[in-house]
This record gives sequence, structure tokens and C-alpha cells, in this order.
Amino acid sequence: MSAGATIRREAVPVVFGVACLLALVALIEVLIRAGLINPFIVPKPSDIVMSFERIIMEENILPRFFLTCGEALMASLMLSVAGISIGVLLHKSRIVRLATETWIAAVASAPLVLMYPLFLVIFGRSAWTIIMIAFVAALPPVILKTLEGLSSTRPVLIDVGRSFKLTPSQLYWKILFPSALPTIFVGVRLGMIFALINIVGVEFLINFGGLGQLVNELAERYDLPGTYAAICFVILVSVLFFIGTERIERWLRPGT
Amino acid sequence: MAQTGHLTRVPAAADEPWLNPVTRLRIIILVAIIGTWELVAASGWLLRDVVPSILTIGRALTELLGHPDLKVTLAGHALWIPAFYWHLYVTISEVVVALVIGGTTGLAIGLLLGANPFLAKAFERFLYYLGPTPKIVFFPVMIMWFGVGPESKIAMGTMSCFFPIVLSAAAGMRQIESVLIRVGRSFRLNTWQMVTKIYLPAMREPIVNGVRLGMGVAMIGTLLAETKLSNKGIGFMVIDAYNTFDMPRMYAVLLTLFVIAIGANTLVGRASRG
Repeated sequence: MSAGATIRREAVPVVFGVACLLALVALIEVLIRAGLINPFIVPKPSDIVMSFERIIMEENILPRFFLTCGEALMASLMLSVAGISIGVLLHKSRIVRLATETWIAAVASAPLVLMYPLFLVIFGRSAWTIIMIAFVAALPPVILKTLEGLSSTRPVLIDVGRSFKLTPSQLYWKILFPSALPTIFVGVRLGMIFALINIVGVEFLINFGGLGQLVNELAERYDLPGTYAAICFVILVSVLFFIGTERIERWLRPGT
Repeated sequence: MAQTGHLTRVPAAADEPWLNPVTRLRIIILVAIIGTWELVAASGWLLRDVVPSILTIGRALTELLGHPDLKVTLAGHALWIPAFYWHLYVTISEVVVALVIGGTTGLAIGLLLGANPFLAKAFERFLYYLGPTPKIVFFPVMIMWFGVGPESKIAMGTMSCFFPIVLSAAAGMRQIESVLIRVGRSFRLNTWQMVTKIYLPAMREPIVNGVRLGMGVAMIGTLLAETKLSNKGIGFMVIDAYNTFDMPRMYAVLLTLFVIAIGANTLVGRASRG
């Protein structure tokens, strides 16, 4: 009984939120049909829903989706390898860390993605431009979080390792790394999210590749319902990506 | 004699911070980077224009910041100024307006969500999941809604900075110690007084942090929008340098922009601690 009541208490606000969203969509539909909102600026939500099928069937959305995913995967792999290794190296050499950590933090706050024209010149209008810009723009958080994870290892764990006379490499692989892993994954996840944002963004800006280009193309064709549907699809993909990586993060950090 | 020199040098090294090992390493790293850059520039391993010599970039930088090539009329007087400052003014004003709009709405909605658990459960999830989506794909829609002028760039910046600010305001509100709220209630403060005397001062750190994050993404949103479709602003300057293949100029613009962005970020970061 009380469990049922708790579930109901939890469910009411969620249902209310979704209901409000649906009501808003319905209101927009009504306003457009009544002529209060210009349908050439905001298409009818029903048209957007209808055009989903069209963009899936006619605009090769699956290959585009896989292309964007592939780019994101490649960038994430590069990010994890480079970011974690640089983090580990900086952790090993205290003086290099002291000299460069503030620089890395400063670089992290610069709008690095704006370098995409530079990358266009270096890599051409290819998938590599997109992957590299995502990699560069998302690298600093991975390095910083790896460093943070490694340096926040509880001293008692390191002492235990020492008392077992672990070699430095054993100490690293048996103690430091496993204890830092959850924090490192927070960094990798942040990096992956940054990478996905930048990949879709640069695809849109240079009109090349996967989902970002789809939005650009449909907008240039002035296919309004299609553009809105493609934007919804991009949001859907990034929300799913966000939830998926969040699940992994929770799994790595049980109890928090 | 050598001994005396040695004796006087050691305390100097200990006293003066610029000689400490970290600073020395920093100088070495910088020299190494500059040296490698110059080597690559001189060797022609990469296209010469992709890695221009530092001197060329320096010249482009002085021209960018010092060569007056734009006529403006200020209070009836015709002035020649470097066009960069005008573009910078355009971008900064777009980012500031975006921050004001996105920041106030974000703060207001964040406070509301933080104060009301029901609304938070109903709506915060949407904001939380929409936060990390790539906002730039909304740009075609923003152009249709607000036109091709600065308004659509402001809209992009507003959209970008709204999410981090609303989420940190809501989270910050929830972490206020309940004793502060009880003190306010026992003084019979009204809602406005509660907001200005209790909530906002207690939430300074999360709010400033949200504004700092928001400023970063507002800048990115505005600048990227400028590179896509615009005829003014720093984003336009970058893409214009690309279109005319003026790489030293592009480096100069990017360098200046990064220095400004990092500086602004540091300043706002200080405000949360100070």
C-alpha cells in the first residue's frame, strides 16, 4: 500500500510534466491552425510528426546516423587513449603537472571549436576534420578528470599497496587506476558528450557528413517540417547517448 | 670570486618566483613549442600557409590590432580604427545580451524549480537532458524566427547559456542549508526578501559557476552562428580569413579571441571565490 502510494507520488509530477509538454505542442498546433502563428515559420507539429517517416525513408537517416556515431566513436577512442595517457603522465611527473595543469584548464575554457576553419585547411573537407576538432575540443576535461581521479586516491589504499610491497607498476594497475576509474570515466563521458556536440555542430557548419548536415540540407531546401523533424532526431540521439553514458557512469560508481 | 657569485645567486633563486623550477620548465616548454613551430614553418613539411612563421603571425597580429582600416563616426567625429575592435564589440554585445536574457530567465526558472520539488520533478528532467544537445542545429530555426542579423546570434547564445545557468541555480537552491531558510522564516521575511537576503547570497558560488559555464557556451553558440551566416563579429572574421585563405590573420584572430575568452573566464571564476 505504502509502496504503491510512493510510486504514485513519484509518478504524478512526471506525468504532469509530460502532459504539460503535450499540451504545449497541442496549443502550438491550434494556434497555427487558427492562423495566429505563421505556418511558414513554425510548421504544424502534426506535419513534423508526419515528415519523420519521409526523412527516415528518403534522407538516408540510418547511414547518416551511423556515420555520426562512427565519428563520435573514433573521437571518443582517441580522447580516451590520449586523455588518460596524458593524465597519467602528468600525475607521474609532479613538476610537469605544476607547470601545465593551469594551462590545460585555461585552454579548456577557450572556444576551441572555432578553430574548425583551420582544421578544414589542414584535413580538408573530410570526416577527419570533424573527428579532429571534436578530439581537440574535448581533450582537456579528460586530462583534468584523469588527474583528479588519480590524485584523489585515498592514501590508505596506497599504504596498503606499499605494505604488500607492490612494484610501482603493480601499485598503478592494482590500486591507483581502479580507484580512479570512476572519476576518469566522468571525464571520458564529459569528453564524449563534448565530442558529440562538436561533431554534429561541425557537420552542420561545414555541411559534410551525418546528422548535422541533414539539418543544414533540409534547412537550405526550406523543408520546414523536415528541418524540425531532423532537429528532433538529433536531440533524440544526443539524449539517448547522454542517458546511455550516464547509466555506465552509475554502474561504475555503485552507491552514489 | 666564482664562489661569491654562487652564494649570491642561490638566495636570489629562492626569493624570486620567476626562477623556480616550475617557471623554468614552463619557459622550456614554451621555447620548445615555439622552436618546433618555427622548424616546421621553415622546413615546409606541412603547407607553408598552414604553419606560418611566428613572425608572420606577429605581423598579422599587429596589423589586426593596430592598423586602422575602418572608418567610424563617433559623436559626429570621423575616426579610423582597426576593424577588429568593431567586430569584437559586435560579438561581445551579442554575448552580453544573450547572457542577460538567458541568465535572468535561467536564474528565475532555476529558483522556481529549486524551491518547488513538484515542478522540479516534472520539468527538470527535460532541461537536464536538453542541456547537452548540440544547440547549433537550432540555428536555421533561429534564423527563421529572428532573421539573419545579430538577433539570431543572440538567440543562439541565449539558448546555449540558459541550460547551465538554470541547472546550477536549481541545484544551488537545493543545497542551501535549511538553517538559513529557517532563520529567514523566523524573521518573517516575505518572498522577495527571502530571495534577495537568503537564497541569492547563499547560492553565490553555484550561480557564479553557472554563469561562468554559461558564458563559455554562450560565446561558442554566438561565434559558431557568426561563422555560419553573418557579415560581422569575430566568428565572421575567422571564416572570412578562411575564405580569403589568410592563415596568419586567422591565427591572429583566434589567438586574440582565446586570450579574451580565457581572461573573461578567469575573472568570473575569481568572483566565485573572492
